[in-house]
Amino acid sequence: MTDTNVTNTISINKIYKSFGNLQVLNGLSLSVANKEAHVILGQSGCGKSVLLKCLLGIFNIDSGEIVVSGINVNDRTKAREYMQKFSILFQGNALFDSMTVIENVVFGIKQSLKYNHLSNKKIHEIAAEKILSVGLAERVFNIYPAEMSGGMQKRAALARAIAVEPEILLFDEPTSGLDPITGGLICNLLKDTVKKLGITSLTITHDLRVAEFLADKVSVINKGKVVWSGKTKDMQKCGNKFVEEFFRASNVISSRNINNTD
Amino acid sequence: MVAILGKYTLASLQEIGRISIFIVNGIRCCFTPPFYFREILRHIISVGFYSLPIVGLTAIFVGMALALQMHVGFTRFNAEGAIASVVLIGITRELGPVFAGLMVAGRMSSSMAAEIGSMKVSEQIDALMTMNVDPYKFLVAPRIIASVLTMPILVLVADIIGIMGGFLVAITLLDYSSGSYIAQTANNFELWDVVSGLLKAAAFGFSIAGFGCYHGFYSDLGARGVGRATTSAVVSSCIGILALNYLLTTFFFGA
Repeated sequence: MTDTNVTNTISINKIYKSFGNLQVLNGLSLSVANKEAHVILGQSGCGKSVLLKCLLGIFNIDSGEIVVSGINVNDRTKAREYMQKFSILFQGNALFDSMTVIENVVFGIKQSLKYNHLSNKKIHEIAAEKILSVGLAERVFNIYPAEMSGGMQKRAALARAIAVEPEILLFDEPTSGLDPITGGLICNLLKDTVKKLGITSLTITHDLRVAEFLADKVSVINKGKVVWSGKTKDMQKCGNKFVEEFFRASNVISSRNINNTD
Repeated sequence: MVAILGKYTLASLQEIGRISIFIVNGIRCCFTPPFYFREILRHIISVGFYSLPIVGLTAIFVGMALALQMHVGFTRFNAEGAIASVVLIGITRELGPVFAGLMVAGRMSSSMAAEIGSMKVSEQIDALMTMNVDPYKFLVAPRIIASVLTMPILVLVADIIGIMGGFLVAITLLDYSSGSYIAQTANNFELWDVVSGLLKAAAFGFSIAGFGCYHGFYSDLGARGVGRATTSAVVSSCIGILALNYLLTTFFFGA
């Protein structure tokens, strides 16, 4: 049974979610402590992204409980307050195509309860500051997402996510579609950002190296439930067959990649 | 056999229910704040301004062809003098709104479905929801408002150009006197003919945006899903326009 008190920023207790006959989440429980950098690791199709969408209230859970900082995901009276706790960096960045980079960030800020009373000028100043803080230059302010590289889009999406100063930052496959060098830079940026803001982060990935780099704690998901939680360094000899196999397979792929580049 | 029939009946009922809920939500969002004026303006330009050339071209050719056909037909009854009034009534009541509606449906319904479908695929709709932005208010309402407001203006332009097309053919190819053609047009002009066409245009605008957004919202994932949504949007909105045209014609002129 997962603790649902407020010392845990995120408490997920035995949630089930199915689509038709397909049971995706199967009694999944998870706790994320305040200011913890938690990474959820798992194979493709194991339910990681569905878990994220359930956490955000985009998908309704069939049963179980999700509580974030004392607010239940199903509490409609506090829905806006609940959503304001999160910002998410989507796998495909999800920047709005019809808006420039700065407009994307400004739009995000304007939806925030914390900042929507500010003047347009002040909001633009905050947006500009956040864009610069993620390593983008002033010249990208007025270009559209489609005109930028994947790495630049990721940075712009991060700027939009951090601009509202959320309690919890969610990262969905943050390095997917990026080359290893850009992926490394983005990982560094995410880690620095989370550290600097002093907030809770929850990252979803299938990449063990990303998990090792970002995580204070890792939870491994298999067949819709968490099969192991702990530090990445303990994964290799945790006693869980699936986790050990996952660890070995990830390292084999990494060493193959290194040998190939040699 | 019964099972298959039942399955399709249930699927159809589900689709009708989904469209009904979508329409109700869409209308509700058009009248409740917040209003995204920038988005409304963007779609007014997209639906109205950029559709002007195609609507104008369609209208002039329809007007010209109508005048020519009427001339050929009416000479059989020695009623050539009625061409101007038939072109006037034909364009303002029926052909102006319907052709403009169909052309804008082909242009905009597909574009709306593709844009919203792509936004769904690239998680932009999820991003809106995480920002507490109602996707209906941000995506559907501005498109419906823009289409309903701009379609009557486009049809008014189409009416003028269509009548001008008929006039040009009549005086250049059919040897009509320009003075008598204009006089006949002015004598037979009734405001209700134009207004009924504009009311139809507003309803067509709703059909164009409604079906475009609906198919985008419920598109399957992937390029194929978005492609299918685009096709369905054009087909549905065109059928919607033709069905609404019949219903509104019955309502306005049936008695």
